[in-house]
Amino acid sequence: MNIPLNIDWQQILLHLLNFAILAGGLYFLLYAPVKKFMDKREAHYASLAEEANKKLASAEELVKERKAQLSSVDEEIKEKKTKAQLETDAAVKQQLDEVQAQADRILADAKAAASREHDRMMNNAKRELSNMVLNSAKEAMNSTSADAYDQFLNLAEGGNAHDGA
Amino acid sequence: MNKKKKTVGIIVWFAAVIVLLVLSLVTGSGGKSETIQEAMRDAVLHEDNRISLFGLKDVNPALISAMVVTVILLVAAALIRIFVIPRFKYVPGKFQMLLEQVVGLFDNLAKSNSPWRHGFLGAYVFGAGVYIFVGTLFELFGIQAVTTSGRSIALPAPLSDVNAAIALGCLSYLVIMSGGIAGNGVKGIGNTLKEFSLPISMSFRLFGALLSGLLVTELIYYYINLSFVLPVAVAVMFTLLHALIQTYVLTMLTALYYGEVSEPAPKKAKKAKKAAKAA
Repeated sequence: MNIPLNIDWQQILLHLLNFAILAGGLYFLLYAPVKKFMDKREAHYASLAEEANKKLASAEELVKERKAQLSSVDEEIKEKKTKAQLETDAAVKQQLDEVQAQADRILADAKAAASREHDRMMNNAKRELSNMVLNSAKEAMNSTSADAYDQFLNLAEGGNAHDGA
Repeated sequence: MNKKKKTVGIIVWFAAVIVLLVLSLVTGSGGKSETIQEAMRDAVLHEDNRISLFGLKDVNPALISAMVVTVILLVAAALIRIFVIPRFKYVPGKFQMLLEQVVGLFDNLAKSNSPWRHGFLGAYVFGAGVYIFVGTLFELFGIQAVTTSGRSIALPAPLSDVNAAIALGCLSYLVIMSGGIAGNGVKGIGNTLKEFSLPISMSFRLFGALLSGLLVTELIYYYINLSFVLPVAVAVMFTLLHALIQTYVLTMLTALYYGEVSEPAPKKAKKAKKAAKAA
């Protein structure tokens, strides 16, 4: 049977056989190995990307944590500052009070000492004055009595003379 | 020194061109054995110029071309497999990039057109694409063969033979049908049979496209006056562009129809209701 265009079934089958050999050979020699390599590389880069993403996520988590920590540290610092300020104020106040008390005490002591000194000085002065007065009196007495005695003696001598006279 | 060498080279090349031109005009055609009508008729029907296939059978020259292309491609693939692929690197060189681009092109073509089933399709369109592209460019080399009648002819593109085009067209149709069966069973066969004109259209599109190139080339080379400069434009238009276009068309059509017939059919509403009830 003559088929138009000289179509030959045997040659068609031979072409099919030829193509089947070619397609199979190209698949095993070229397509599959190249595709396998491309898949392997894709998997490699995918794993790298996944790893990088994990690291990025953990870094972001760390940043968040640190930020939270920083904010809490800020709060803490603020609290501590306030507390420290209060403590410092209290300490300063206490010290001031103590100093004031000490000053008062010193002043009181000084006043007391001054008073004591004053008293002591007054007493000394009094005693000295009284001694002086006493001594003066004594001296005066002594001089008066001596004179009187002398006068008496003189008188006594003079009187004898009178009598004798 | 370089300039001098360049000038000498240009003079030698120009002289060679002039000598060859004169010789080709003086020598003549060596005796025309067939008229243009016969040559073009034979390019379509292959009635006279046949080649003996290992003494078993006289076949069209395109079958020999197909076998030569297959051998060339398989040897090249084997060499690449042995010497190049084991040295592949994650950061590719130029040749590795070229190979990856070719494989990736057909793989992506299969994936994008048939996302649900593309393993076999990718391998098939890769084989078919490489075969059509290299087979079409093959005619540019003008490899000589001797016919049974003792004439010397340049081997044509394999797919300029209607038998090769029918083989590839029908095989593509069978591949599409296999996708339909794998994806949808008997319904897939029905879906594929709906496109009954597909094997004919695919076969004769390939045949017509490549035969047109062959005829134009035959026509040009038949007349010696047309055999200068013009073949450069003709080769680019009818060989290089055909190689690209026909590769793209056949692989794209195959992938497209494969994806269409292998697409899983949506489950019926009854089944969905039953499933909902069961849930």
